[in-house]
Amino acid sequence: MAEILVLVDHADGAVKKVTLELLTKARELGTPAAVFIGAGYDDAKDKLAEYGAAKVYVADDPQLSGYVVAPKAELLAKLVADAQPAAVLVPATAEGKEIAARLAVKTGSGILTDAVDLKLDGDAFVAEQSIFGGSSIVHSTVTTGIPIVALRPNSTPPAPEQAAAERVDVSVELSDAAKLAKVVDRVVVPKGDRPELTEAAIVVSGGRGVGSAESFSVIESLADQLGAAVGASRAAVDSGWYPHQSQVGQTGKTVSPQLYIAAGISGAIQHRAGMQTSKTIVAVNKDPEAPIFELVDFGVVGDLFKVVPQLTEEIAKRK
Amino acid sequence: MKIVVLVKQVPDTAADKRLDPDTLTVDRAAVDGLINEMDEFAIEEALQLVEKHGGEVTVVSMGPEDATEAYKKALQMGADKAVFLTDPALAGSDALATSYALAQVLGTLEYDLVVLGCEASDARTSIVPALLAERLGLPQLTFASKVEVDGSSIKINRQTDYGHDVVEASLPAVVSVVEKINEPRYPSFKGIMAAKKKPVESLDAAAVSIEPAKVGAAGSWSKVLDAAVAPPRAKGVIVTDEGSGGVELADFLASKKFV
Repeated sequence: MAEILVLVDHADGAVKKVTLELLTKARELGTPAAVFIGAGYDDAKDKLAEYGAAKVYVADDPQLSGYVVAPKAELLAKLVADAQPAAVLVPATAEGKEIAARLAVKTGSGILTDAVDLKLDGDAFVAEQSIFGGSSIVHSTVTTGIPIVALRPNSTPPAPEQAAAERVDVSVELSDAAKLAKVVDRVVVPKGDRPELTEAAIVVSGGRGVGSAESFSVIESLADQLGAAVGASRAAVDSGWYPHQSQVGQTGKTVSPQLYIAAGISGAIQHRAGMQTSKTIVAVNKDPEAPIFELVDFGVVGDLFKVVPQLTEEIAKRK
Repeated sequence: MKIVVLVKQVPDTAADKRLDPDTLTVDRAAVDGLINEMDEFAIEEALQLVEKHGGEVTVVSMGPEDATEAYKKALQMGADKAVFLTDPALAGSDALATSYALAQVLGTLEYDLVVLGCEASDARTSIVPALLAERLGLPQLTFASKVEVDGSSIKINRQTDYGHDVVEASLPAVVSVVEKINEPRYPSFKGIMAAKKKPVESLDAAAVSIEPAKVGAAGSWSKVLDAAVAPPRAKGVIVTDEGSGGVELADFLASKKFV
Protein backbone atom coordinates (compact mmCIF):
# COMPACT_ATOMS: atom_id res chain seq x y z
CA MET A 1 0.00 0.00 0.00
CA ALA A 2 1.07 3.52 -0.65
CA GLU A 3 2.62 5.60 2.08
CA ILE A 4 0.55 8.20 3.89
CA LEU A 5 2.83 10.84 5.38
CA VAL A 6 1.73 11.99 8.84
CA LEU A 7 3.30 15.14 10.27
CA VAL A 8 3.93 14.51 13.98
CA ASP A 9 2.73 17.23 16.35
CA HIS A 10 4.81 17.12 19.50
CA ALA A 11 6.50 19.24 22.15
CA ASP A 12 10.14 18.09 22.48
CA GLY A 13 9.11 14.49 21.91
CA ALA A 14 5.84 14.52 23.89
CA VAL A 15 3.49 13.37 21.13
CA LYS A 16 0.16 15.22 20.93
CA LYS A 17 -3.02 13.18 20.83
CA VAL A 18 -3.92 14.52 17.39
CA THR A 19 -0.90 12.69 15.99
CA LEU A 20 -2.29 9.36 17.24
CA GLU A 21 -5.60 10.25 15.61
CA LEU A 22 -3.86 11.01 12.32
CA LEU A 23 -1.92 7.72 12.44
CA THR A 24 -5.15 5.84 13.16
CA LYS A 25 -6.82 7.53 10.19
CA ALA A 26 -3.78 6.95 7.96
CA ARG A 27 -3.99 3.19 8.60
CA GLU A 28 -7.40 3.14 6.91
CA LEU A 29 -5.95 4.86 3.85
CA GLY A 30 -2.54 3.26 3.33
CA THR A 31 0.69 2.66 5.20
CA PRO A 32 1.39 5.38 7.77
CA ALA A 33 4.84 6.95 7.65
CA ALA A 34 5.32 9.51 10.41
CA VAL A 35 7.46 12.60 9.90
CA PHE A 36 9.15 13.71 13.10
CA ILE A 37 10.77 17.14 12.98
CA GLY A 38 12.74 18.53 15.90
CA ALA A 39 14.31 17.24 19.11
CA GLY A 40 13.13 14.44 21.37
CA TYR A 41 12.56 11.53 18.99
CA ASP A 42 13.62 8.95 21.59
CA ASP A 43 10.69 10.01 23.75
CA ALA A 44 8.26 9.79 20.84
CA LYS A 45 9.21 6.58 19.07
CA ASP A 46 7.30 4.11 21.27
CA LYS A 47 4.05 6.05 20.90
CA LEU A 48 4.46 6.32 17.13
CA ALA A 49 5.11 2.58 16.87
CA GLU A 50 2.16 1.79 19.14
CA TYR A 51 -0.22 3.70 16.87
CA GLY A 52 0.94 2.13 13.66
CA ALA A 53 3.77 4.13 12.12
CA ALA A 54 5.47 1.62 9.82
CA LYS A 55 8.25 4.08 9.21
CA VAL A 56 9.34 7.31 10.84
CA TYR A 57 11.26 9.93 8.92
CA VAL A 58 13.32 11.76 11.52
CA ALA A 59 14.69 15.24 10.90
CA ASP A 60 16.38 16.65 14.00
CA ASP A 61 18.35 19.53 12.49
CA PRO A 62 17.63 22.42 14.92
CA GLN A 63 17.52 24.82 11.98
CA LEU A 64 14.18 23.30 10.98
CA SER A 65 12.54 24.83 14.05
CA GLY A 66 14.55 28.03 14.07
CA TYR A 67 12.42 29.82 11.48
CA VAL A 68 8.67 30.22 11.01
CA VAL A 69 7.08 27.24 9.24
CA ALA A 70 8.94 27.45 5.91
CA PRO A 71 11.78 24.99 6.72
CA LYS A 72 9.30 22.29 7.73
CA ALA A 73 7.43 22.76 4.48
CA GLU A 74 10.71 22.45 2.59
CA LEU A 75 11.58 19.21 4.35
CA LEU A 76 8.14 17.78 3.64
CA ALA A 77 8.38 18.83 -0.01
CA LYS A 78 11.61 16.87 -0.31
CA LEU A 79 10.01 13.83 1.32
CA VAL A 80 7.01 14.08 -0.98
CA ALA A 81 9.32 14.15 -3.98
CA ASP A 82 11.40 11.21 -2.74
CA ALA A 83 8.72 8.96 -1.21
CA GLN A 84 5.82 9.76 -3.54
CA PRO A 85 3.17 9.26 -0.84
CA ALA A 86 -0.50 8.87 -1.66
CA ALA A 87 -1.39 11.74 0.68
CA VAL A 88 0.01 13.98 3.40
CA LEU A 89 -1.88 14.40 6.67
CA VAL A 90 -1.19 17.27 9.07
CA PRO A 91 -3.03 18.38 12.20
CA ALA A 92 -5.41 21.27 11.55
CA THR A 93 -3.60 23.53 13.98
CA ALA A 94 -2.49 27.03 13.07
CA GLU A 95 1.05 25.85 12.32
CA GLY A 96 -0.03 22.56 10.75
CA LYS A 97 -2.23 24.36 8.25
CA GLU A 98 0.48 26.88 7.41
CA ILE A 99 3.00 24.11 6.76
CA ALA A 100 0.41 22.35 4.59
CA ALA A 101 -0.29 25.56 2.69
CA ARG A 102 3.33 26.16 1.78
CA LEU A 103 3.79 22.48 0.95
CA ALA A 104 0.84 22.70 -1.43
CA VAL A 105 2.45 25.54 -3.39
CA LYS A 106 5.84 23.78 -3.44
CA THR A 107 4.46 20.48 -4.67
CA GLY A 108 1.71 21.80 -6.93
CA SER A 109 -0.91 19.99 -4.86
CA GLY A 110 -4.40 20.78 -3.69
CA ILE A 111 -5.09 21.27 0.01
CA LEU A 112 -8.13 20.55 2.16
CA THR A 113 -8.22 22.18 5.59
CA ASP A 114 -10.20 21.46 8.73
CA ALA A 115 -11.36 18.02 7.64
CA VAL A 116 -13.35 16.07 10.22
CA ASP A 117 -13.09 12.85 8.23
CA LEU A 118 -11.16 11.47 5.28
CA LYS A 119 -12.07 8.46 3.17
CA LEU A 120 -10.93 6.76 0.01
CA ASP A 121 -13.49 6.66 -2.77
CA GLY A 122 -11.81 4.55 -5.44
CA ASP A 123 -8.44 6.25 -5.56
CA ALA A 124 -9.77 9.69 -4.65
CA PHE A 125 -9.37 11.05 -1.13
CA VAL A 126 -12.64 12.61 -0.03
CA ALA A 127 -12.63 14.88 3.01
CA GLU A 128 -15.63 15.82 5.06
CA GLN A 129 -15.62 19.36 6.35
CA SER A 130 -17.94 20.94 8.84
CA ILE A 131 -18.35 24.58 7.82
CA PHE A 132 -20.13 27.72 8.95
CA GLY A 133 -19.72 26.69 12.56
CA GLY A 134 -21.06 23.21 11.97
CA SER A 135 -24.25 24.27 10.23
CA SER A 136 -23.25 22.79 6.86
CA ILE A 137 -21.34 19.67 5.89
CA VAL A 138 -19.39 19.47 2.65
CA HIS A 139 -17.36 16.80 0.93
CA SER A 140 -14.30 17.89 -1.02
CA THR A 141 -11.49 16.35 -2.93
CA VAL A 142 -8.17 17.35 -4.38
CA THR A 143 -7.97 17.44 -8.17
CA THR A 144 -4.27 18.16 -8.68
CA GLY A 145 -1.12 16.72 -7.16
CA ILE A 146 -0.82 14.76 -3.92
CA PRO A 147 -3.71 15.46 -1.53
CA ILE A 148 -2.62 17.49 1.48
CA VAL A 149 -5.22 17.25 4.21
CA ALA A 150 -5.37 19.05 7.56
CA LEU A 151 -7.48 17.01 9.98
CA ARG A 152 -9.12 18.57 13.01
CA PRO A 153 -8.17 17.29 16.45
CA ASN A 154 -10.79 15.01 18.03
CA SER A 155 -12.06 13.81 14.63
CA THR A 156 -10.84 10.20 14.82
CA PRO A 157 -10.80 8.12 18.02
CA PRO A 158 -7.17 7.02 18.34
CA ALA A 159 -6.72 3.23 18.37
CA PRO A 160 -3.37 1.48 18.88
CA GLU A 161 -1.96 -1.06 16.42
CA GLN A 162 1.70 -1.90 16.83
CA ALA A 163 4.02 -1.31 13.90
CA ALA A 164 7.77 -1.27 13.35
CA ALA A 165 8.40 2.48 13.30
CA GLU A 166 11.54 1.92 11.25
CA ARG A 167 13.71 5.00 11.63
CA VAL A 168 14.82 6.77 8.46
CA ASP A 169 16.94 9.87 9.00
CA VAL A 170 16.26 12.67 6.59
CA SER A 171 17.60 16.15 6.08
CA VAL A 172 17.26 19.01 3.66
CA GLU A 173 19.58 21.77 2.54
CA LEU A 174 17.46 24.77 3.47
CA SER A 175 17.06 27.48 0.88
CA ASP A 176 17.61 31.13 1.79
CA ALA A 177 13.88 31.67 1.31
CA ALA A 178 13.16 29.27 4.16
CA LYS A 179 15.28 31.31 6.55
CA LEU A 180 13.64 34.71 6.23
CA ALA A 181 11.61 34.76 9.45
CA LYS A 182 13.93 33.89 12.33
CA VAL A 183 12.61 32.84 15.71
CA VAL A 184 14.80 34.75 18.18
CA ASP A 185 12.96 33.93 21.39
CA ARG A 186 10.29 31.52 22.61
CA VAL A 187 8.05 32.58 25.47
CA VAL A 188 6.18 29.71 27.12
CA VAL A 189 3.28 30.57 29.38
CA PRO A 190 2.97 27.91 32.10
CA LYS A 191 -0.42 26.28 31.72
CA GLY A 192 -0.42 23.74 34.51
CA ASP A 193 -1.63 20.18 34.20
CA ARG A 194 -4.88 20.72 32.33
CA PRO A 195 -5.22 19.12 28.90
CA GLU A 196 -4.84 21.22 25.79
CA LEU A 197 -8.07 22.89 24.73
CA THR A 198 -8.39 21.44 21.23
CA GLU A 199 -7.38 17.94 22.34
CA ALA A 200 -9.39 17.63 25.55
CA ALA A 201 -12.19 15.06 25.81
CA ILE A 202 -14.09 17.47 28.06
CA VAL A 203 -14.09 21.27 27.91
CA VAL A 204 -15.63 23.52 30.55
CA SER A 205 -16.08 27.11 29.33
CA GLY A 206 -17.07 30.28 31.09
CA GLY A 207 -18.56 33.41 29.60
CA ARG A 208 -19.86 36.84 30.45
CA GLY A 209 -21.94 35.37 33.29
CA VAL A 210 -18.77 34.45 35.19
CA GLY A 211 -18.32 38.15 35.84
CA SER A 212 -14.64 38.42 36.79
CA ALA A 213 -11.22 36.83 36.46
CA GLU A 214 -11.34 35.64 40.08
CA SER A 215 -14.69 33.92 39.57
CA PHE A 216 -13.19 31.72 36.86
CA SER A 217 -12.00 29.56 39.76
CA VAL A 218 -15.56 28.15 39.79
CA ILE A 219 -15.06 27.01 36.17
CA GLU A 220 -11.56 25.72 36.88
CA SER A 221 -12.70 23.66 39.87
CA LEU A 222 -15.30 21.87 37.78
CA ALA A 223 -12.77 21.38 34.97
CA ASP A 224 -10.24 19.86 37.36
CA GLN A 225 -12.84 17.55 38.86
CA LEU A 226 -13.55 16.26 35.33
CA GLY A 227 -9.97 16.34 34.04
CA ALA A 228 -11.16 18.90 31.52
CA ALA A 229 -9.65 21.84 29.69
CA VAL A 230 -10.91 25.36 30.45
CA GLY A 231 -12.31 27.50 27.67
CA ALA A 232 -13.72 31.00 27.59
CA SER A 233 -16.11 32.94 25.40
CA ARG A 234 -14.97 35.99 23.54
CA ALA A 235 -16.81 38.24 26.01
CA ALA A 236 -14.81 36.76 28.88
CA VAL A 237 -11.51 37.05 26.98
CA ASP A 238 -12.21 40.60 25.81
CA SER A 239 -12.94 41.53 29.43
CA GLY A 240 -9.48 40.25 30.34
CA TRP A 241 -10.77 37.47 32.62
CA TYR A 242 -9.07 34.64 30.73
CA PRO A 243 -6.21 34.42 28.20
CA HIS A 244 -6.86 34.55 24.47
CA GLN A 245 -5.34 31.10 23.99
CA SER A 246 -8.44 29.76 25.74
CA GLN A 247 -10.98 31.51 23.54
CA VAL A 248 -13.52 29.20 21.93
CA GLY A 249 -15.36 30.35 18.83
CA GLN A 250 -14.80 32.39 15.75
CA THR A 251 -11.42 34.16 15.99
CA GLY A 252 -10.53 31.62 18.67
CA LYS A 253 -10.25 27.86 18.84
CA THR A 254 -12.61 25.32 17.35
CA VAL A 255 -13.19 22.43 19.73
CA SER A 256 -15.03 19.19 19.27
CA PRO A 257 -14.84 17.35 22.60
CA GLN A 258 -16.97 14.46 23.83
CA LEU A 259 -18.51 16.83 26.36
CA TYR A 260 -18.77 20.62 26.28
CA ILE A 261 -20.03 22.47 29.35
CA ALA A 262 -20.94 26.12 28.83
CA ALA A 263 -21.44 28.18 31.97
CA GLY A 264 -22.66 31.75 31.76
CA ILE A 265 -22.36 31.72 27.97
CA SER A 266 -25.34 32.98 25.99
CA GLY A 267 -24.29 31.13 22.83
CA ALA A 268 -23.90 33.88 20.27
CA ILE A 269 -23.19 32.59 16.76
CA GLN A 270 -19.51 33.57 17.17
CA HIS A 271 -19.24 31.15 20.07
CA ARG A 272 -21.30 28.41 18.50
CA ALA A 273 -18.97 28.43 15.50
CA GLY A 274 -16.26 27.04 17.75
CA MET A 275 -18.11 24.33 19.68
CA GLN A 276 -21.21 23.28 17.78
CA THR A 277 -19.72 19.95 16.70
CA SER A 278 -19.11 18.82 20.30
CA LYS A 279 -20.65 15.39 20.89
CA THR A 280 -22.60 16.23 24.06
CA ILE A 281 -23.36 19.81 25.06
CA VAL A 282 -24.65 21.02 28.41
CA ALA A 283 -25.19 24.57 29.59
CA VAL A 284 -25.93 26.54 32.71
CA ASN A 285 -27.35 30.00 32.17
CA LYS A 286 -29.70 32.20 34.11
CA ASP A 287 -31.47 33.41 30.95
CA PRO A 288 -33.97 30.79 29.74
CA GLU A 289 -33.99 32.50 26.33
CA ALA A 290 -30.21 32.16 25.83
CA PRO A 291 -29.53 30.68 22.36
CA ILE A 292 -27.10 28.18 23.87
CA PHE A 293 -30.15 26.20 25.06
CA GLU A 294 -31.04 25.49 21.40
CA LEU A 295 -27.89 23.36 21.18
CA VAL A 296 -27.87 21.53 24.48
CA ASP A 297 -28.51 17.94 25.33
CA PHE A 298 -29.11 19.07 28.89
CA GLY A 299 -29.53 22.61 30.17
CA VAL A 300 -30.03 24.15 33.56
CA VAL A 301 -31.67 27.54 33.84
CA GLY A 302 -30.15 28.97 36.97
CA ASP A 303 -27.34 30.83 38.69
CA LEU A 304 -24.03 29.28 37.66
CA PHE A 305 -22.54 30.17 41.05
CA LYS A 306 -25.06 27.83 42.67
CA VAL A 307 -25.34 25.13 40.00
CA VAL A 308 -21.68 24.71 39.03
CA PRO A 309 -20.24 24.32 42.57
CA GLN A 310 -23.05 21.87 43.38
CA LEU A 311 -22.19 19.90 40.24
CA THR A 312 -18.49 19.92 41.15
CA GLU A 313 -19.23 18.68 44.65
CA GLU A 314 -21.64 16.02 43.37
CA ILE A 315 -19.07 14.66 40.91
CA ALA A 316 -16.47 14.51 43.70
CA LYS A 317 -18.94 12.56 45.84
CA ARG A 318 -19.65 10.03 43.11
CA LYS A 319 -16.02 9.30 42.27
CA MET B 1 6.71 53.07 4.39
CA LYS B 2 4.28 51.63 1.91
CA ILE B 3 1.80 49.17 3.33
CA VAL B 4 -0.71 47.04 1.48
CA VAL B 5 -3.61 45.69 3.53
CA LEU B 6 -5.62 42.83 2.06
CA VAL B 7 -9.29 42.78 3.03
CA LYS B 8 -12.17 40.52 2.22
CA GLN B 9 -15.90 41.00 2.15
CA VAL B 10 -17.66 38.13 3.93
CA PRO B 11 -21.26 37.17 4.63
CA ASP B 12 -22.51 38.53 7.94
CA THR B 13 -21.62 36.00 10.64
CA ALA B 14 -24.97 36.52 12.33
CA ALA B 15 -26.79 35.49 9.15
CA ASP B 16 -27.69 31.96 8.23
CA LYS B 17 -24.94 31.03 5.79
CA ARG B 18 -25.11 28.16 3.37
CA LEU B 19 -23.60 26.93 0.15
CA ASP B 20 -25.57 27.42 -3.02
CA PRO B 21 -26.56 23.85 -3.97
CA ASP B 22 -25.88 24.51 -7.67
CA THR B 23 -22.58 26.39 -7.59
CA LEU B 24 -21.31 24.91 -4.29
CA THR B 25 -19.99 28.35 -3.39
CA VAL B 26 -21.14 30.67 -0.61
CA ASP B 27 -24.63 31.91 -1.32
CA ARG B 28 -23.67 35.58 -1.08
CA ALA B 29 -26.93 36.89 -2.49
CA ALA B 30 -28.83 35.51 0.49
CA VAL B 31 -27.00 37.48 3.17
CA ASP B 32 -25.51 40.92 3.74
CA GLY B 33 -21.85 41.35 3.01
CA LEU B 34 -19.50 43.26 5.25
CA ILE B 35 -15.81 43.54 5.95
CA ASN B 36 -14.24 40.50 7.58
CA GLU B 37 -13.95 41.59 11.19
CA MET B 38 -10.35 40.47 11.59
CA ASP B 39 -9.35 42.70 8.67
CA GLU B 40 -10.20 45.77 10.72
CA PHE B 41 -7.32 44.88 13.04
CA ALA B 42 -5.02 44.65 10.00
CA ILE B 43 -6.13 48.09 8.77
CA GLU B 44 -5.70 49.58 12.23
CA GLU B 45 -2.20 48.15 12.57
CA ALA B 46 -1.22 49.53 9.16
CA LEU B 47 -2.63 52.97 9.99
CA GLN B 48 -0.75 53.04 13.29
CA LEU B 49 2.52 52.04 11.59
CA VAL B 50 2.10 54.79 9.00
CA GLU B 51 1.21 57.34 11.69
CA LYS B 52 4.47 56.43 13.41
CA HIS B 53 6.81 55.95 10.45
CA GLY B 54 5.13 57.91 7.65
CA GLY B 55 4.01 56.46 4.34
CA GLU B 56 0.75 55.32 2.87
CA VAL B 57 -1.75 52.49 3.09
CA THR B 58 -3.20 50.83 0.01
CA VAL B 59 -6.08 48.47 0.54
CA VAL B 60 -6.49 45.53 -1.85
CA SER B 61 -9.63 43.45 -2.10
CA MET B 62 -10.83 40.70 -4.39
CA GLY B 63 -14.40 39.61 -4.89
CA PRO B 64 -17.58 39.84 -6.95
CA GLU B 65 -18.36 43.19 -8.55
CA ASP B 66 -20.68 44.30 -5.76
CA ALA B 67 -18.35 43.27 -2.91
CA THR B 68 -17.25 46.83 -2.26
CA GLU B 69 -18.02 47.08 1.46
CA ALA B 70 -14.67 45.84 2.73
CA TYR B 71 -12.39 48.26 0.90
CA LYS B 72 -14.81 51.14 1.47
CA LYS B 73 -14.63 50.52 5.20
CA ALA B 74 -10.83 50.53 4.99
CA LEU B 75 -10.86 53.85 3.15
CA GLN B 76 -13.24 55.29 5.75
CA MET B 77 -10.92 54.19 8.54
CA GLY B 78 -8.07 56.02 6.82
CA ALA B 79 -6.45 53.95 4.08
CA ASP B 80 -5.28 56.17 1.22
CA LYS B 81 -6.43 54.27 -1.83
CA ALA B 82 -7.96 51.00 -2.94
CA VAL B 83 -7.30 48.38 -5.59
CA PHE B 84 -10.23 46.08 -6.32
CA LEU B 85 -9.68 42.89 -8.28
CA THR B 86 -12.95 41.69 -9.69
CA ASP B 87 -13.55 39.30 -12.54
CA PRO B 88 -16.19 36.61 -13.08
CA ALA B 89 -13.32 34.27 -13.95
CA LEU B 90 -12.23 34.37 -10.28
CA ALA B 91 -15.50 33.05 -8.88
CA GLY B 92 -15.12 29.77 -7.01
CA SER B 93 -11.36 30.11 -6.49
CA ASP B 94 -10.11 28.10 -3.51
CA ALA B 95 -7.48 29.42 -1.08
CA LEU B 96 -4.58 28.38 -3.32
CA ALA B 97 -6.06 30.00 -6.42
CA THR B 98 -7.01 33.10 -4.43
CA SER B 99 -3.46 33.45 -3.16
CA TYR B 100 -2.18 33.21 -6.74
CA ALA B 101 -4.55 35.98 -7.87
CA LEU B 102 -3.63 38.21 -4.91
CA ALA B 103 0.07 37.60 -5.51
CA GLN B 104 -0.41 38.77 -9.09
CA VAL B 105 -1.97 42.02 -7.83
CA LEU B 106 0.85 42.50 -5.32
CA GLY B 107 3.30 42.01 -8.17
CA THR B 108 2.08 45.26 -9.69
CA LEU B 109 2.39 47.28 -6.46
CA GLU B 110 5.27 48.71 -4.47
CA TYR B 111 5.25 47.89 -0.78
CA ASP B 112 7.34 47.34 2.32
CA LEU B 113 4.72 45.37 4.17
CA VAL B 114 1.65 43.29 3.37
CA VAL B 115 -0.79 43.05 6.28
CA LEU B 116 -3.78 40.72 6.60
CA GLY B 117 -6.17 39.54 9.27
CA CYS B 118 -5.19 36.04 10.42
CA GLU B 119 -8.50 34.48 9.44
CA ALA B 120 -11.64 35.18 7.43
CA SER B 121 -14.88 34.45 9.21
CA ASP B 122 -16.43 32.55 6.28
CA ALA B 123 -13.98 29.81 5.31
CA ARG B 124 -11.69 30.16 8.36
CA THR B 125 -8.74 28.42 6.72
CA SER B 126 -6.13 30.95 7.99
CA ILE B 127 -3.74 29.89 5.23
CA VAL B 128 -3.78 32.76 2.75
CA PRO B 129 -1.03 34.74 4.57
CA ALA B 130 1.30 31.70 4.53
CA LEU B 131 0.43 31.01 0.90
CA LEU B 132 1.30 34.60 -0.04
CA ALA B 133 4.60 34.48 1.83
CA GLU B 134 5.47 31.29 -0.04
CA ARG B 135 4.44 32.64 -3.43
CA LEU B 136 6.12 36.03 -2.99
CA GLY B 137 9.28 34.61 -1.37
CA LEU B 138 8.83 36.96 1.60
CA PRO B 139 9.23 36.42 5.35
CA GLN B 140 6.13 34.91 6.91
CA LEU B 141 5.23 36.82 10.07
CA THR B 142 1.84 35.38 10.86
CA PHE B 143 -0.47 35.43 13.90
CA ALA B 144 1.20 38.61 15.14
CA SER B 145 0.01 39.99 18.47
CA LYS B 146 2.61 42.77 18.36
CA VAL B 147 4.46 44.41 15.45
CA GLU B 148 7.51 46.67 15.65
CA VAL B 149 9.25 48.18 12.63
CA ASP B 150 12.72 49.68 12.92
CA GLY B 151 14.19 50.94 9.65
CA SER B 152 14.25 47.97 7.33
CA SER B 153 13.77 45.36 10.02
CA ILE B 154 10.62 44.09 11.65
CA LYS B 155 9.96 42.15 14.82
CA ILE B 156 6.71 40.50 15.83
CA ASN B 157 5.28 38.34 18.59
CA ARG B 158 3.83 35.27 16.91
CA GLN B 159 0.99 33.93 19.04
CA THR B 160 1.17 30.19 19.64
CA ASP B 161 -0.62 27.62 21.77
CA TYR B 162 2.19 27.72 24.31
CA GLY B 163 2.61 31.49 24.44
CA HIS B 164 4.47 33.32 21.73
CA ASP B 165 7.57 33.30 19.57
CA VAL B 166 9.52 36.48 18.95
CA VAL B 167 10.29 36.56 15.23
CA GLU B 168 12.59 38.88 13.30
CA ALA B 169 12.87 39.55 9.59
CA SER B 170 13.78 42.18 7.02
CA LEU B 171 11.25 44.15 5.00
CA PRO B 172 9.38 43.56 2.80
CA ALA B 173 7.36 40.97 4.69
CA VAL B 174 3.91 39.44 5.01
CA VAL B 175 2.24 39.98 8.38
CA SER B 176 -1.04 38.55 9.62
CA VAL B 177 -2.50 39.92 12.83
CA VAL B 178 -4.62 38.43 15.60
CA GLU B 179 -7.53 40.36 17.03
CA LYS B 180 -5.94 41.25 20.36
CA ILE B 181 -3.26 43.35 18.66
CA ASN B 182 -5.10 46.67 18.79
CA GLU B 183 -8.45 48.39 19.06
CA PRO B 184 -9.70 49.23 15.56
CA ARG B 185 -10.93 52.80 15.20
CA TYR B 186 -14.41 53.71 14.10
CA PRO B 187 -14.55 55.78 10.94
CA SER B 188 -15.22 59.42 11.77
CA PHE B 189 -17.80 61.45 9.86
CA LYS B 190 -14.89 63.24 8.23
CA GLY B 191 -13.33 59.91 7.34
CA ILE B 192 -16.53 58.69 5.77
CA MET B 193 -16.85 61.83 3.65
CA ALA B 194 -13.16 61.80 2.66
CA ALA B 195 -13.39 58.14 1.62
CA LYS B 196 -15.78 59.02 -1.18
CA LYS B 197 -13.03 61.01 -2.90
CA LYS B 198 -10.22 58.50 -2.47
CA PRO B 199 -8.94 56.71 -5.58
CA VAL B 200 -10.28 53.23 -6.27
CA GLU B 201 -8.72 51.25 -9.10
CA SER B 202 -10.76 48.34 -10.39
CA LEU B 203 -8.80 45.63 -12.14
CA ASP B 204 -9.84 42.55 -14.03
CA ALA B 205 -7.78 39.35 -14.15
CA ALA B 206 -6.04 40.28 -17.41
CA ALA B 207 -4.85 43.60 -15.96
CA VAL B 208 -2.58 41.75 -13.54
CA SER B 209 -1.69 38.94 -15.97
CA ILE B 210 -3.67 36.26 -14.17
CA GLU B 211 -3.74 33.08 -16.23
CA PRO B 212 -7.41 32.10 -16.49
CA ALA B 213 -6.53 28.40 -16.20
CA LYS B 214 -5.17 28.96 -12.67
CA VAL B 215 -8.23 30.57 -11.08
CA GLY B 216 -11.92 30.04 -10.57
CA ALA B 217 -13.55 26.77 -9.65
CA ALA B 218 -12.01 25.07 -12.69
CA GLY B 219 -8.50 26.38 -11.96
CA SER B 220 -8.57 25.40 -8.30
CA TRP B 221 -6.73 22.28 -7.17
CA SER B 222 -9.50 21.27 -4.82
CA LYS B 223 -13.15 20.77 -5.49
CA VAL B 224 -16.31 20.71 -3.40
CA LEU B 225 -18.28 17.59 -4.31
CA ASP B 226 -21.47 18.18 -2.35
CA ALA B 227 -22.89 20.31 0.43
CA ALA B 228 -25.73 19.78 2.82
CA VAL B 229 -27.19 21.52 5.82
CA ALA B 230 -26.18 19.61 8.93
CA PRO B 231 -29.04 17.79 10.64
CA PRO B 232 -30.32 19.79 13.62
CA ARG B 233 -29.32 18.57 17.05
CA ALA B 234 -31.98 16.62 18.89
CA LYS B 235 -33.90 18.77 21.31
CA GLY B 236 -32.41 18.52 24.77
CA VAL B 237 -33.82 18.52 28.26
CA ILE B 238 -33.97 21.90 30.00
CA VAL B 239 -34.62 22.16 33.71
CA THR B 240 -34.94 25.18 35.96
CA ASP B 241 -32.74 25.13 39.03
CA GLU B 242 -34.80 24.93 42.18
CA GLY B 243 -31.94 24.02 44.44
CA SER B 244 -30.84 20.74 42.89
CA GLY B 245 -29.85 21.81 39.35
CA GLY B 246 -26.25 20.75 39.91
CA VAL B 247 -27.32 17.32 41.11
CA GLU B 248 -29.64 16.87 38.14
CA LEU B 249 -26.79 17.84 35.84
CA ALA B 250 -24.54 15.30 37.57
CA ASP B 251 -27.26 12.67 37.02
CA PHE B 252 -27.32 13.50 33.32
CA LEU B 253 -23.52 13.33 33.05
CA ALA B 254 -23.55 10.02 34.90
CA SER B 255 -26.17 8.66 32.48
CA LYS B 256 -23.73 9.54 29.66
CA LYS B 257 -20.85 7.91 31.57
CA PHE B 258 -18.91 11.17 31.99
CA VAL B 259 -19.01 10.77 35.76
